[in-house]
Amino acid sequence: MSGHSTYEALRHFADSWGLAAMVVTFLVLGLWPFRPGAREDNEAAANMIFKGDDNGE
Amino acid sequence: MESLVSRAGLWFAAFLVAIFMFVNAVDTGFAIHMVVFGLAALAGLVISLTKSNYKVLAAIGGALPPDQSRYDDDLVRTGVILTTFWGCVGFLVGLYIALQLAFPALNLGFEYTTFGRLRPLHTSAVIFAFGGTALITTSFYIVQRTCRARLALPGLARFVFWGYQLFIVLAATGYVLGVTQGKEYAEPEWYIDLWLTLVWVAYLAVFVMTLIKRKEPHIYVANWFFLSFIITVALLHLVNNANVPVSLFGSKSYPVWAGVQGALVQWWYGHNAVGFFLTAGFLAMMYYFVPKQAERPVYSYRLSILHFWSLIFLYIWAGPHHLHYTALPDWAQTLGMVFSVMLWMPSWGGMINGLMTLNGAWDKVRTDPIIRMMVLSLAFYGMSTFEGPMMSIKSVNSLSHYTDWTIGHVHSGALGWNGMITFAALYYLTPRLWNRTRMYSQRMINWHFWLATLGIVFYASAMWVTGIMEGLMWREYGADGYLVNSFAETVAAKFPMYVLRAFGGVLYLSGALIMAFNVWQTIIGNLRQEEPLRQAAYDPNADRPLVAAPAE
Repeated sequence: MSGHSTYEALRHFADSWGLAAMVVTFLVLGLWPFRPGAREDNEAAANMIFKGDDNGE
Repeated sequence: MESLVSRAGLWFAAFLVAIFMFVNAVDTGFAIHMVVFGLAALAGLVISLTKSNYKVLAAIGGALPPDQSRYDDDLVRTGVILTTFWGCVGFLVGLYIALQLAFPALNLGFEYTTFGRLRPLHTSAVIFAFGGTALITTSFYIVQRTCRARLALPGLARFVFWGYQLFIVLAATGYVLGVTQGKEYAEPEWYIDLWLTLVWVAYLAVFVMTLIKRKEPHIYVANWFFLSFIITVALLHLVNNANVPVSLFGSKSYPVWAGVQGALVQWWYGHNAVGFFLTAGFLAMMYYFVPKQAERPVYSYRLSILHFWSLIFLYIWAGPHHLHYTALPDWAQTLGMVFSVMLWMPSWGGMINGLMTLNGAWDKVRTDPIIRMMVLSLAFYGMSTFEGPMMSIKSVNSLSHYTDWTIGHVHSGALGWNGMITFAALYYLTPRLWNRTRMYSQRMINWHFWLATLGIVFYASAMWVTGIMEGLMWREYGADGYLVNSFAETVAAKFPMYVLRAFGGVLYLSGALIMAFNVWQTIIGNLRQEEPLRQAAYDPNADRPLVAAPAE
């Protein structure tokens, strides 16, 4: 493969399947905590930092 | 016992290597740095030999296992002190170079004190020494609390902490000596880069191993931000510092990437250093310390996850906006601009998430100066992440690029967002780490808050005015098509704003010095007797029942 056609191939991949894969991955990861039934998990996670006494030693 | 012997042997071998490199050094800077390396190895040797408990070693054949029911906070304590120290040093150098711009005679006529050498000293001192030490310190504190487990690999953690300090010393002395590869925010030369790589891999190991031994099922979002900061900085550092040294015994090296590719790699690095060092890392602090200080959980945990993934997926593309109107292909410039504008949304989501954490506890802004600092910090996070996308728009950038507007933007983020959240974290940590009921003085925190705030206002407004002014002066054409202003005329016109900026620096530095005093007094155990910041009005004379009085 010449340098130019490597560039072309990568570039076509980047603005088609590559882009689609990244968008889908992003949406799944970002929207995952918004799924129904996640409310309790989110609340537990947010309040976890208040468990235990963390004043140093 | 074997581990102690092999550890001492390793230090001694490092010492010998440093001597060997020193003897063969081809330039002064490299020779001096090998002396620094040698002294560090010697210090490591002496400490591992003298700090070991030989009675225990003789009795059980190894060191006592650490008490897993206690957090490992020795490094965090040292880190609080060093962060305070580096902050003051970095701000002082910043003030000095601000004065140099207004009064060039302050370059003093020595190569070592020129603006060109002191400027990277300032940027590295505030970003890597102050900010980096703060990040390592708070990450060691937060990861233990949120995992509810003692720090893993304690020996390696000490190597990370002190190895990073050695990196700072090497970088700083290098700048003054003229050892630099000339890449903004990545100035240290190849051998210092290799050292940092070693330290950073160890940092990743300590952090991940602590996550693995966690007692909590869920990994708190602050750790996500810390982990992305550690991994991404490692990646950026390796790619941007792909250099070939001229000699294995000399400080000079040349980059693998040339021309516009080199520029793109540099700003892919540069902007993600902002995105992952100065944003993701400090957001980790924000997502822990703001809820803890407000004593309320974060406003929306799921928004914090969305915030996280949006930053990860968007930031990495924004770098090309540093190269508008250059040889970089037009589509790449536009890509950088579009992603920068998109970044505005998650940034504001994060700001809103932090601020709304105070929902129902807004009164604390009035009574708790630490909360006040956090709120200002988040406000500046919002302002600079609005200003940044705006400046990345090509038509705005054609005015703002190369002007001091950029400097103003960077400092509203650095002084406002990074500085204030770090100060708040230091005020949060100090009493807890030294078992004090509170900071030495709450009122001094308040003084620090106002000095820092006013300092930022002077700084940012002076830089806006001077930046836009010089941008307009540069592009001003006369009727006959010639540029109206020479470059020297724009410099002369900037003088009053340079003085105002330096005044802002004086205010910001004095706030930091007050903090240093406050932290020091807290550590030695003093409590200042002072009026609390707010008390509900109470009049003992009025505090009695009403009795009916006879009519006159």
